[in-house]
Amino acid sequence: MAETKKRIRVLIAKAGLDGHDRGAKVLVLGLRDRGMEVIYTGIRRTPEDIVEAAIQEGVDVVGLSCLSGAHNHLFPRVAELLAKRGGGNVLVVGGGIIPKEDIPFLEQKGISYIFGPGSQINEIAQFIRSNVK
Amino acid sequence: MALVPKLMKSLSLLDQMSSEKTVKHSWHLKQLVEGMLSGEVGSLSQLINLVENNECNVAELLKMIESYLGKAYCVGLTGPPGVGKSTLIDKLIVVARKRGLNVGVLAVDPSSVISGGAVLGDRIRMQSSSLNGGVFIRSMATRGYYGGVSESLDIVVRLLDAFGKDIIFIETVGVGQTEVYIKRIADTTLVMLTPEAGDSIQFLKAGLIEIADMIVVNKADRIGADCLVSEIVEALSLQEQKSQWQVPVVTTQAVNNLGINELYEEIVKHQEFLKSSQLRKERKF
Repeated sequence: MAETKKRIRVLIAKAGLDGHDRGAKVLVLGLRDRGMEVIYTGIRRTPEDIVEAAIQEGVDVVGLSCLSGAHNHLFPRVAELLAKRGGGNVLVVGGGIIPKEDIPFLEQKGISYIFGPGSQINEIAQFIRSNVK
Repeated sequence: MALVPKLMKSLSLLDQMSSEKTVKHSWHLKQLVEGMLSGEVGSLSQLINLVENNECNVAELLKMIESYLGKAYCVGLTGPPGVGKSTLIDKLIVVARKRGLNVGVLAVDPSSVISGGAVLGDRIRMQSSSLNGGVFIRSMATRGYYGGVSESLDIVVRLLDAFGKDIIFIETVGVGQTEVYIKRIADTTLVMLTPEAGDSIQFLKAGLIEIADMIVVNKADRIGADCLVSEIVEALSLQEQKSQWQVPVVTTQAVNNLGINELYEEIVKHQEFLKSSQLRKERKF
């Protein structure tokens, strides 16, 4: 018997010139094991690619990962394009190597939370569950 | 047919709703359908979400889009995990786009029987075409449905059809021998194999091979490809002729973009065959 429950859909995306996706893959598996449907974009996607995928896949959450230092450019661009495409309800969160002083700027640009190194998967899953609209 | 349980479910859902809720629901559904029919990708996605989550009355939805159905041609790709289904679709999309077709892709991956979650990873391999306007790719989890597809698949096919897609590629989960529901949904079913997939006895067995309108031997640069092709051809030649259609065996190297045009030609041939023999299933309500 097929189940009828709504599932939280998450897009995990690697933005920009950055091939370090071990963390992203750990998260993909962790969220799968917590009952979410997780779509992974693969590495080196542009904000345009990511937003197109998010809209087509009808996701509730976009999780952005960036370890290259370009987060201040890439993350806000994703949030901006998403809003433009009617995805303003989509929860956008980020992770990677993000200096603390950049976090207020990113939050102001529509990134709901930044999960730095050492973040626990349970903590991330809980945040998603509580904040998906 | 998968449509039946989904329809039944939605009818009973309707009974449970208060009239106020039903009116609100219908209004929201109508908005989304109008958006979808005007070409909004976001509305199409939201409709797919509603269907997948059983949050909409499918009978009502199908009635709204009924007059837009019947245009899209549906090509199903099935075969074991890792055989190259996503990669091959990626290349087929490029050919279809060159021919001016509006393309839809539905890629099914399994839901975990433990957590209910899923990793939907087919999209990664469909990048050479993904941002090319006119391509809509949607990943779907099986959500506990067996047969290699998801319960909502045939309804979602109809949505893509109404949205204006000319051709829809459907990728099943990686299958074994008995996940054959794709046959009920697709107009043309491609069964994919790789070298060392078995001998002629393997291909006499009931199941996957039986449903093939064509057989694709991918990774054809590998040792044993020629041998596999002749084993399949031999097995097929032993069958009683049930149809005028002769199942072709096509070799491809999806990663190297080889054999793709030839395969596409076979799909077109099958499409023409169905048309001329009036065998194509009607996809209506």
